[in-house]
Amino acid sequence: MFQTIKRLYHQFGSPRYFYEMTGKMQPWLIAGTVLLVIPGLIWGLLFAPPDYLQGNSYRIMYIHVPSASLAMGGYVMMAVAGVIVLVWRMKMAEMVARCIAPIGASFAFLCLVTGAIWGKPTWGTWWVWDARLTSMLILLFLYIGVMALNMAIENPQTAARATAVLSIVGAVNIPIIKYSVEWWNTLHQPASITLTSSSMAPEMLIPLLMCIFGFYFLFAVLLIMATRCEVLAREQRSAWVRQLVGE
Amino acid sequence: MAFETFADFIAMGKHGPFVWSAYGISLIIILANIIAPIQRKKALLNEIKRKIKREKLES
Repeated sequence: MFQTIKRLYHQFGSPRYFYEMTGKMQPWLIAGTVLLVIPGLIWGLLFAPPDYLQGNSYRIMYIHVPSASLAMGGYVMMAVAGVIVLVWRMKMAEMVARCIAPIGASFAFLCLVTGAIWGKPTWGTWWVWDARLTSMLILLFLYIGVMALNMAIENPQTAARATAVLSIVGAVNIPIIKYSVEWWNTLHQPASITLTSSSMAPEMLIPLLMCIFGFYFLFAVLLIMATRCEVLAREQRSAWVRQLVGE
Repeated sequence: MAFETFADFIAMGKHGPFVWSAYGISLIIILANIIAPIQRKKALLNEIKRKIKREKLES
């Protein structure tokens, strides 16, 4: 098991192997996205019953929750890539970390906007400065900070090391977001689903799980598309890219 | 099916503007994230092709 992980780590550390392998994986990941997200959303929008308290506004959940999950998961991934950059100086990790930032920022933004739109009919306000909402806003600012730092430093290797430090330090915000609803009194409701239990009816829960898993596939597709471009840009002097383009 | 008619579905029981604006914004942002790398890849491939051609001419 450990040997396999080690081998995969070294193989995917090679930009050429990464480019070729992800090219083969892409159609499957796209299929996974389409097969989960589209039925999940149709189920959630059309067939799931309305909520007995919130009516139909709760259907925003089917994009709000996956976006929140991805914004946080993406950040953790960026911080892990940052550790690999600092410790093992892996070029591929630099590229992945750089490409996660705008995608993660998109989902953090989506989470905040859909949350605000959901808050208006449910709480009577677009925004409150409670712990969950504020820490999520800080996550968006962290992503924007990483993107700005990446653009400000010309040398990609120096930029990757600087942003790695920022993203690792910023990772303290992730448990704060997760536990904010338990540590403080928030307007935001606590989690309805955990790994082991759920307080949600199955006809609402199953489409939500489909959307969450589907959005993870979507995230993989978006990240692979962006990182493949980054590989082409950085490796354009290498023989294999020239051969690939020349064909 | 949670709705009787198509109009009911669009209205979302008075929550239509909220639900549909949330889904609309999401669609726009996700599409932007799909289109951006496609455009970048096209531009990169053209640029690299041009560079290869120029080097061939120079040598």
